Amino acid sequence: MSTTSSVSRRAFLSGLIGAGGLLLAAPASGGTLRKLLRPADGESFEPSLWLAIQPDGLVRIVTHRSEMGTGIRTTLPMVLADELGADWERVELSQALGDARFGDQNTDGSRSIRQFYEPMRRAGAAARLMLEQAAAAQWGVPTRDCTARDHAVHHSDGRDALPFGELVAAAAALSVPADDALRFRSPSERRYVGKGVPSYDTADIVRGTARFGLDVPAKGALTAVIARPPVVGASVAALNDDDARDVEGVIDVIQLDTPRGAPGFAPLGGVAVVAGDTWSAMQGRAALEIEWGASPHDAFDSAADRDARLESVRQPGVVVRQKGDVNVAFAEAARRVSAEYSVPYLAHASMEPPCALAIVKDGAAEIWAPTQNPQAAQGMVAGALRIAPDRVSIHVTLLGGGFGRKSKPDFVVEAALLSQRMGGRPVRLVWSREDDIRHDYYHAAAAVAFEAGLDAQGELLALRGRTAFPSISSTFSAGVDQGSSGELAQSFSDLPYNVPALQLEVCKAEAHLRIGWLRSVCNIFHAFAAGCFVDELAHARSQDPVQHLLALLGPDRHVDLLAEGVQYGNYGESLDTHPFDVGRIKNVVRLVAQRSGWGGELPRGRGRGVAVARSFVADAAVVVEVDIAKDGKLRIPRVDIAIDCGTVVNPDRVRAQLEGAVIFGLSLALHGEITAENGAVVQSNVHEFKLLRMSEAPLQIHTHLVESSAPPSGVGEPGVPPVAPALLNAVFAAVGQRVRDLPLARHDLSWT
Amino acid sequence: MVELTINGREVVLDRVAPETPLLWVLRDHLELRGTKFGCGMAQCGACTVHLDGRATRSCMLPVGSLAGRSVTTIEGLSSKGDHPLQKAWVEHDVPQCGYCQVGQLMSAAALLAENTSPTDSEVRTAMAGNICRCGTYPRILAAVQSAAEELR
Ligand code: FES
Ligand code: FES
Repeated sequence: MSTTSSVSRRAFLSGLIGAGGLLLAAPASGGTLRKLLRPADGESFEPSLWLAIQPDGLVRIVTHRSEMGTGIRTTLPMVLADELGADWERVELSQALGDARFGDQNTDGSRSIRQFYEPMRRAGAAARLMLEQAAAAQWGVPTRDCTARDHAVHHSDGRDALPFGELVAAAAALSVPADDALRFRSPSERRYVGKGVPSYDTADIVRGTARFGLDVPAKGALTAVIARPPVVGASVAALNDDDARDVEGVIDVIQLDTPRGAPGFAPLGGVAVVAGDTWSAMQGRAALEIEWGASPHDAFDSAADRDARLESVRQPGVVVRQKGDVNVAFAEAARRVSAEYSVPYLAHASMEPPCALAIVKDGAAEIWAPTQNPQAAQGMVAGALRIAPDRVSIHVTLLGGGFGRKSKPDFVVEAALLSQRMGGRPVRLVWSREDDIRHDYYHAAAAVAFEAGLDAQGELLALRGRTAFPSISSTFSAGVDQGSSGELAQSFSDLPYNVPALQLEVCKAEAHLRIGWLRSVCNIFHAFAAGCFVDELAHARSQDPVQHLLALLGPDRHVDLLAEGVQYGNYGESLDTHPFDVGRIKNVVRLVAQRSGWGGELPRGRGRGVAVARSFVADAAVVVEVDIAKDGKLRIPRVDIAIDCGTVVNPDRVRAQLEGAVIFGLSLALHGEITAENGAVVQSNVHEFKLLRMSEAPLQIHTHLVESSAPPSGVGEPGVPPVAPALLNAVFAAVGQRVRDLPLARHDLSWT
Repeated sequence: MVELTINGREVVLDRVAPETPLLWVLRDHLELRGTKFGCGMAQCGACTVHLDGRATRSCMLPVGSLAGRSVTTIEGLSSKGDHPLQKAWVEHDVPQCGYCQVGQLMSAAALLAENTSPTDSEVRTAMAGNICRCGTYPRILAAVQSAAEELR
């Protein structure tokens, strides 16, 4: 990535805050941020602010992304601190409020490092140069002889260094350097990037003092829980709240409007019970008698819906990618291989259910919430309360997991509305686990079908794929019944395989639940189907799955999807900086095969499966080994996962994300299933929507990182997509059974 | 009215309905918010505390049944956050989001109080009641074994 991308001098401002600290800001060069920061009149904008150095030497760095377990709250400030030459022990973090001046704050899409690695480096490098200039002036020497490191500026002649704190006043008086004056540390000069620092919040987490959404103290806070409509779009037809109001501790019962049409980010409506404490509120809710009105989704049944999707992919759809003529090729084929795959709806089930604390009074809202997207929360709250967004302060607490659920601010709006209705008293909104599982923005269910044509020698002539899933767009625009190009470009329209004739089609699927995005989004079902089908082809062609996969990927090359008619966004990155590079995909396949011991003989009942996927501009490959007892009981002795995510900024957190991705992928493959009857979700808690437990986890997970100096790519999500297909391919290798519809736990794997 | 011991201190609860689960007494009434709410039905382990030394889910435990009993929460696990498990957790940088970790630590502490030489499979079984959605299981296992070594 270019290190000289435009940093407007106007984008930097220096000044004083607090006790005379040096304040610096650096904008990003990226689209959104540049737009936000480029002033309409050229002069009168406010910059985003990342850094303050106090006279006592304390370096305060603003961390503007939400921490939900990726380590981003540590990693981005670490990048800045490293470039600055700060000592991490003397860095204090401040969590940014939701504020458009920070640029994009929606911590989602595996893009925090992609978007903000360079801006953080620039912010650090600019500040460092100013400190070096201040020291040079004080010493009367050329700046080039001065170097900032270890929280001080050093001179090449070895004289006593000047600590940062002593340079604050002088540096604050300097003008901010132009970007072409910035110099970046070489890899060998880096103290933290590529090595890592201890995660900032770990010590608080293990003491129980870290603050999650429900942990913010508030004097006189009330607690609210809400009975939401079981079917999206239903409103309260009749309510008897006499018994609820009689519950000791209950203070009020408040009816909330159910919005019509597409659900968007708005609350679902329902009946809130407000009490002095959580248990009373829950008891009050249990005592409500509510009759729900009709909804257009009342007849929704997920089993029939699944059949409809499978039927849909048996018919031609809209072609989204075409190469050669599959019909001609199929006509010539000596043999066809085909398969249909089905993946159910999934819930996010972050361990911390949604929650928020709101104080709405005097025309302003003060809110603490575990949100991935504080700016969306700010906008939605402002809209719901009919106040200006700048009257809404969103404080971002730690998130007890997010996985995409907490990008949607419906729960934050609920808390705000309730505090307003309670005359400005602080209201702590609690979602129970049942609320969370029954009122999620669900990961779409999908049906995917593939068909391949082989000639008499087993050479692959043609591949046709069809997919049908309710689109995320349906959440925002009622009636959408087809996946969008962005959703299709997640391991479907961007399949990297080298096939003479290829045709990919999207088919219809209706939405009757709120559809959202879950860690790695449509890659989950697309990579599952593609990864399993490629394995089926390997067996049909009597080839080793790894060798077959490498051969199918074809020659090292950059795939030109535009030439085959695909609207390809490349996850928001330029194909120049993040090319679709088949050589890199093959490299992670080779790496994981080599490290996992692929190829060794295993007895019946044991087997290995492989799969690869490119998502969020990273390449990840997985080998899963399974051990299936005759009675069908499955154990997972080992999983290997390799990633090429470009420059590895914080290696231990990358490994942690991969370990987590393996567990997440196995959990959804083994257990994940949300069903609905009469429009309402059936599962209620983790005994029904099961999550992988430690006793079922792989005995070993080995993570393998490709060393690279390429621009960084995504990490949080890319590990997930290859896990499920690798597992199912391993099951086939072990016992010869092809499972094509998830979850695996519904299938009997016993063998004789 | 209920009298019990929490983190070594006598606590008298006279304004709390006896059927209120201990979890909400800790969080709402005593402002001990280290203990977390995850499922409310003794299925996830986020709310794990020690009841007379045993790992117990506090979310379904009516406080009225605890007269004379002794409860330890994360706030009372060690005086300075320096229980061998807490140190091992930092050393292995176990947490991701961190939400489940208090419950994990309390379950692990109860295990090691009984057995400082658990096998990997004993750890996996003992910790099966604590879900980690982020998938920190490999590190939990490694950290429990490091702490066990220190305790031996
Ligand atoms: S909250 Fe008690 S076990 Fe889940
Ligand atoms: S660390 Fe997030 S749930 Fe365990």
